[in-house]
Amino acid sequence: MSLQPARPLEQHPKAIVVGASVGIGAALVHELAHAGYSVAAVARRETELQQLADTINTAVSGPNRVLTYTHDVTDFDAIPGLFQTITGDLGGLDLIIYNAGAMPAMTADEYNFAKDKLMVDVNLLGAMAWLGEAAVRFTRAKKGQIAGISSIAADRGRRLNPGYNASKAGFTTYLEALRNRLSQHGVTVTTIKPGFVQTAMLDDAPRVFWVISTSEAARQIMRAIRHKRQSVYIPWRWGLVSRIIQMIPSFIFRRLNV
Amino acid sequence: MNTKERSKTTRETSSGNGRTPDIVASQPLLLPAERLETVAAWGGATKSLSYVYRPSTVAQMQEIFALARRSGRSIGLRGAGQSYGDAALNSENIILDSTRLNRILDWNPETGIIEAEAGATIGQLWQYILEDGWWPPIVSGTMKPTLGGAAGMNIHGKNAWKMGTIGDHILEFDLLLASGEIVTCSRQEQSDLFHAAIGGFGMLGCITRMTMQMKRIYSGLLTVDAIVSRSMDQMLAQFDEHLPTSDYLVGWVDGFGRGKGLGRGQIHKATYLPPGADPYPSQTLRLDFQNLPENVFGVLPRSIMWLLMRPFMNNLGARFVNLGKYYASVVGDGKRIQQSHAAFHFLLDYIPNWKWSYGRGGLIQYQSFIPTANAGAAYKEILARCLQRGLPNYLGVLKKHKPDDFLISYGLDGYSLAMDFRVTPRRLPELLKLTRELDEIVLQANGRFYLAKDSVLRPAVFTAFLGEEPLNRFKQLKQQYDPDNILQTNLWRRLVV
Repeated sequence: MSLQPARPLEQHPKAIVVGASVGIGAALVHELAHAGYSVAAVARRETELQQLADTINTAVSGPNRVLTYTHDVTDFDAIPGLFQTITGDLGGLDLIIYNAGAMPAMTADEYNFAKDKLMVDVNLLGAMAWLGEAAVRFTRAKKGQIAGISSIAADRGRRLNPGYNASKAGFTTYLEALRNRLSQHGVTVTTIKPGFVQTAMLDDAPRVFWVISTSEAARQIMRAIRHKRQSVYIPWRWGLVSRIIQMIPSFIFRRLNV
Repeated sequence: MNTKERSKTTRETSSGNGRTPDIVASQPLLLPAERLETVAAWGGATKSLSYVYRPSTVAQMQEIFALARRSGRSIGLRGAGQSYGDAALNSENIILDSTRLNRILDWNPETGIIEAEAGATIGQLWQYILEDGWWPPIVSGTMKPTLGGAAGMNIHGKNAWKMGTIGDHILEFDLLLASGEIVTCSRQEQSDLFHAAIGGFGMLGCITRMTMQMKRIYSGLLTVDAIVSRSMDQMLAQFDEHLPTSDYLVGWVDGFGRGKGLGRGQIHKATYLPPGADPYPSQTLRLDFQNLPENVFGVLPRSIMWLLMRPFMNNLGARFVNLGKYYASVVGDGKRIQQSHAAFHFLLDYIPNWKWSYGRGGLIQYQSFIPTANAGAAYKEILARCLQRGLPNYLGVLKKHKPDDFLISYGLDGYSLAMDFRVTPRRLPELLKLTRELDEIVLQANGRFYLAKDSVLRPAVFTAFLGEEPLNRFKQLKQQYDPDNILQTNLWRRLVV
């Protein structure tokens, strides 16, 4: 599995999407492939991943295409090797999007270390393992772009799912720190904070509004990546909501059921 | 103490986790990310990341070959990186940079036979032998190429019709094969490999050492005549007229001449001084005498010239420069000067980093080789097509050649025209279309191409000009000497695999 050999003057950009089989990740793979990228789609679910790649590879003509890699982001030891394999198969790397995320259903008073650990492993540690590899490489290349799909949930700790909030807050802070390290090397780090997007994650959510489709989310994310934005809310109005929520003092916030 | 013990336990647990050392060993070895470097084509129009190793001994080279096997990565051989295109790129794989393997091993000023490691440059070579009254029989327009790279591409100079290519003057070389074994090749020993590895763009093995025959000279000066050519036809006629009496002959072609002036330009003819003609040869053969002047026109430092040239590297500016150069050659027609060897040959080194004047997108060169009978018509068509498409070349150079007996060869009884094109994102699609049209013209005229300059060839065009039979022969040798495809470059993958 590899791409057509590179022609010196006909280069096209290359991207990795981690967490690509369904939802926002799958939509991002679509967007990237149609924008002329060669994409390495990394995900746990092999069947969905293969289906996605087949659909796109038959629809998109030309040398750019989707390669698939079955991988569980909690298999941390495998990541350096897989990263090197993928950059070899793609023949380079311009963009990596970390989209893998876990949010198991939680009840109001549930304390479940297994679930918390899963969220930290997938949402934060997996990201560190993948993006750390990318950071080393992009530093050497003096260019490249890293995008992380975090969440509006990162902005405040809320009642429903402390583990999710904490993992996403950790991820957001990690991305900010990466940005501060890497901007001097010509590398862009983009933090994406989506609101409600029509994915399986919403199935267990109690109240949802302003829901957008995965393809709309992917379009907006791609725009942010193209414009090399630092941090964006998807869609933008969540930024206002978040600004307000962050201003609510704790003694009020803890009484609100949000 | 406590921590130590704990970590020991952890290690034991993880090794007891079903992971036997055998499985670990069979997994491909990771290459260290700190070896990653951006490696660019000389023209700067393409670059990529590779794991770069710069060995200083043959033993270290052998270790890198072993490393390639263990990591499942290929090795691209790179000398000074003077190939215009992707001949010395190997994206995401290993680059073996030979520039530190650069010792002159033996020199005999009586016979003119020199032995050097492959990373030694043309510059090192002539500077080493000049004061003994010798000069490399073949030098390129820049003195930067390494001998290994020069042999791998089988380079030529401004005397190619007379002295052939550098391969014609190599007596023997050591070739490090993909297996790690070293074989000595010459016309007598391993003659197959000798004729395939020279010009074989680093695909059969890595040349580590070679011996070459140098040429006797009797002065550090050349007699150089400047002759104006008012059209391509006239230039070819002048070449015919002057070839028998020249040691070097090169034509500059104005890419902007139209109509009757299509292919106009200037010829420089150089001849060695015969013994006795130079009253003070030991003076002119000194290195000091050969050094290129520090300043252009006596005042401008050479190092900033590229910056001053930059505003002229567009269609309008280049037209102006070419026009100025043409009228200067009309005025200077018939002028005879004496010039040092270095000043005559290494024009490209006269302005350091001149390629930067082409801007961020860099440049490509399109050099086509066309048999004498078809050259006039084909080159006029090529030049006219460039103008028609709004992509005139900014620097055109005409040379005469002869056939050679190497397997991968661009040599023929005819001419070559090298054209430099600026690459910008906006011009790129048109430029690619243009080069495809030019490929057709060259193939129609039974022409050939030169891999050291190439960025645009497609596999079909490569096979068409080279012929199925030599290509298959080359693939057989590749299969025989590098069955696991350890040696690869972007060029190889683009044209052959």
